[in-house]
Amino acid sequence: MVLELQKPRPIWQIMFSTHHTDVGLLYTITSIAFFFMGGALALGIRAELFLPGTQIISDSMTFNRMFTVHGTAMIFLFLLPFASGVGNYFVPIMVRYKDMAYPKLNAVAFWMIPPAGALIWLGFADFTWYATPPYSAIRAPGPAADMWIFAQKILGVSSVLGAINFIVTILKCKHPDLPLSKVPLLAWSFLSASLIIIVAVPTFAAALVMLLTDRLGVSGFFDPAKGGDPIAYQHLFWFTFHPEVYVLVIPAIGMMYEIIPRFSRKPIFSQSSGIFAFVMLSIVSFSSWAHHMYATGMSFTEKTVFMIGTLAAVPASGMHVFNFIATMWGGRIKFATPMMWAVGGIALFFSAGAGGVANAAMPFDFITHDSYWVVGHFHLFVMGTIAFGSIGFLYYMFPYITGRMYNETWGKIHFIMSFAGTVMVFFTQHVLGLYGMPRRVYDYQPYPEYIVMNQIASVGAMIIGVSMVIWLINMIYSAGKGKEANMDDPWGLGGKYYFPYQAKNPHH
Amino acid sequence: MSGHSNWPEWIYVGVIIVLLAYVGAEAWNVERLVEHVPAEAEVIKVIGQQWFWTFEHADGTKEVGELHVKKGHAYKFEITTKDVNHAFNIHDYVVLQDAVAGRVNEVWFAPDKAGEFPIQCREYCGLLHYNMRGTLIVEE
Repeated sequence: MVLELQKPRPIWQIMFSTHHTDVGLLYTITSIAFFFMGGALALGIRAELFLPGTQIISDSMTFNRMFTVHGTAMIFLFLLPFASGVGNYFVPIMVRYKDMAYPKLNAVAFWMIPPAGALIWLGFADFTWYATPPYSAIRAPGPAADMWIFAQKILGVSSVLGAINFIVTILKCKHPDLPLSKVPLLAWSFLSASLIIIVAVPTFAAALVMLLTDRLGVSGFFDPAKGGDPIAYQHLFWFTFHPEVYVLVIPAIGMMYEIIPRFSRKPIFSQSSGIFAFVMLSIVSFSSWAHHMYATGMSFTEKTVFMIGTLAAVPASGMHVFNFIATMWGGRIKFATPMMWAVGGIALFFSAGAGGVANAAMPFDFITHDSYWVVGHFHLFVMGTIAFGSIGFLYYMFPYITGRMYNETWGKIHFIMSFAGTVMVFFTQHVLGLYGMPRRVYDYQPYPEYIVMNQIASVGAMIIGVSMVIWLINMIYSAGKGKEANMDDPWGLGGKYYFPYQAKNPHH
Repeated sequence: MSGHSNWPEWIYVGVIIVLLAYVGAEAWNVERLVEHVPAEAEVIKVIGQQWFWTFEHADGTKEVGELHVKKGHAYKFEITTKDVNHAFNIHDYVVLQDAVAGRVNEVWFAPDKAGEFPIQCREYCGLLHYNMRGTLIVEE
């Protein structure tokens, strides 16, 4: 039995372990802790924007630092480590290997995250999560900015190490009887995402070094006065971080591929189209990076190329949605908590994608660019799709981790509140953007439309906040005092649908 | 793989591709028309700096924070910045272009309604980014 919390062990045994489920547990708990910290900042931001003028945050610099750290923490300290946690738990089991390929490297990759998190949170930089020069090079106050740069450097190395580990585990350590085409889609999602990381991350790593030397005044890569070009940074940044969007979303889709067939009591509609769509997504993720830069003065030809590259990602994403719906079609669906999160996540994924198509159309982008539309759009992905898939999957993993069941009623209340809140916040923000409200603002003009929509968004955010507290209490209480799970079939689906329990890796 | 027929999925993908082709072609066509600057457009230089806008008309007059233009005339903005990046935005006329250090970006418009319209910065530029506003005054 490899149940982490069921049989209590001293915490140092888990901390210094290199076993994949222990490292997975560390990833999971760390990422959830940063999720709550980042979420608290989001609630602060929404409280400040509830009305025009100054509410709870006394100055704009504090506000700027808050949304910067909120974004950085949610992406790099919550979503990415959470996916790594899930991958650590399930990839070795799914490819039928005793552990990750390099267990020590695995632990090293995890232990780079807490120091990076400390640098980000203690520094509290203000130059937004994309740190664009010249502002980040000549004006952003240090040492916060420099701490942020070092933290990103560490996190970049950590994700490359993790990615190498996943790729080697899946391609080299999978059981010889298991052809790659039969590897479950969750493991496939980690293979795709890890390949993207290996190709994408080095570009930003280079940009970070250039940014740091620019800040130190010894170079002028991004400074026009010294012959540099700030647009070069934007290309380097987005070449990493547009694919990074897929690094985040692909594992979340993989998690839904694990949940949806089980709670529909049907096999996946088409494993091969799922694999095809993952591979397609990892290729086309590299064809669209400069769609973030239409307004930087790009030529008509460049914009056209990147519009086509952006639209090219849609069919593959649509194939996943089709696969999910076709899997559920005619199934005997049980809407237990994990299934609710997965289905809600797919609905919001579809909405986010539709907004993305509109955004990619060049003329429309000049209405929405850098407005609240964009904030609403990408939050439908990162919150609505990725966090929803992740939270649903944590409910799904819960019996496996703890041997106990969470409280199903409170889990459903958590979902309904979060879903309603997410729609209230992020759909409203789309409209707010169409009215022209810029993003990253501490204050806004007191137009009645702005005020009403900001208030709807703020109320929605508070609803999400309350639901997340409910979740935390449910998790902590049930981990210790929840009723024992029937490990063969925790949700009473009939039959042995609960995959993780079928194969276990003993500690070694 | 499981041997079952997958034709509904391919029809679905085909429909998506047709829709995307339509969106892409339409966007391409509209953008092509929108970007065509009329020959008689008057040049206005726009200079962003932390945290205000300066405008320089073709006759050399300068304005800070306010921009006076005439209804029915076409204007071409030449946008740049003295320090960090900004984005020049008149949302009511869908005028949006980044002010990038070391570059001059162009965008044009022809106001067709008299009145006052807000000008704002749409790219994060530091402490008072939220308050980097101005007013466009369109005169008859």
